[in-house]
Amino acid sequence: MSDDHVDGNALAGDLREIFAVDLTVATGQCSGCGYRGSVATLRVYQNAPGIVARCPHCEEVVLRLVRGRDRAWLDLRGTVSLEIPLPSP
Amino acid sequence: MAFGAPLSSTDTMPIVSPGFTGRRQSPDVQLPPGQYLAEDFPVLTAGPTPRVTTDRWQFTINTEAGQRYDWSWQQLIELPAEKITTDIHCVTKWSKLGTRWKGVSLDVLLEDVETAADFALVQSYGGYTTNLPLEDLIDGQAWIAYRYDGDELTPEHGGPARLLVPHLYFWKSAKWVRGIQLLLEDEPGFWESAGYHDYGDPWREQRYQGD
Repeated sequence: MSDDHVDGNALAGDLREIFAVDLTVATGQCSGCGYRGSVATLRVYQNAPGIVARCPHCEEVVLRLVRGRDRAWLDLRGTVSLEIPLPSP
Repeated sequence: MAFGAPLSSTDTMPIVSPGFTGRRQSPDVQLPPGQYLAEDFPVLTAGPTPRVTTDRWQFTINTEAGQRYDWSWQQLIELPAEKITTDIHCVTKWSKLGTRWKGVSLDVLLEDVETAADFALVQSYGGYTTNLPLEDLIDGQAWIAYRYDGDELTPEHGGPARLLVPHLYFWKSAKWVRGIQLLLEDEPGFWESAGYHDYGDPWREQRYQGD
């Protein structure tokens, strides 16, 4: 393995920390219109094969979550970024 | 004819009569694996319901070579239509038997379209998409449906017109259909790119990727 990167196992600690928090208080940015707001402000459509969250400003899809029997798929291509508040050290 | 394929009006009566009001699930009723029988018609949507009036409605087939074929609402309803009685199967596990539709076969719409495509990406008003092999849209397997159960198709169920391709899970039967992009290579649609199966055969229980 080259020395300029490591494999995805190195993400484990950071991802566990991020996904263990309540993401609905995170601030997301819509890739469609640039709207910034908390995840809790998204419009969520649940009567569907998966969960679809849309931007309250432009109605574009910002998040899709599909749950299979033993897997979940999280699609965030409609989200530029998520800003997640964390407790101070 | 594939197992579970729809019966067009020219076929014989279905074995299971939709008017039968006896026991909820007679032993004659055969559903795909994992499905249950729904008495109502659940409304599923991944977004706000588009309200498309027929004077604004247009259906477009775009080929892989950039050729474009358009139909207005008036042109669509003047085409020869079929009455279809078919079972439908939603990936969220409900099935509904003997649903009655009226619509134009994709065979009619594709008749004069010159294409070498193997794949189709179906596009809807509101941005929804779904993909399927072109061969699943031809030979009496798919329609642009604009009437349901004797009435105009309501917006909640995809009106003014939806795709009807009942041999696959019903997410492939795109509501509020506005067009088809013909493609040389498969391109996953809205749910197919978020974990759902690329093909979605209910009789093989192809719900998720890898099934």
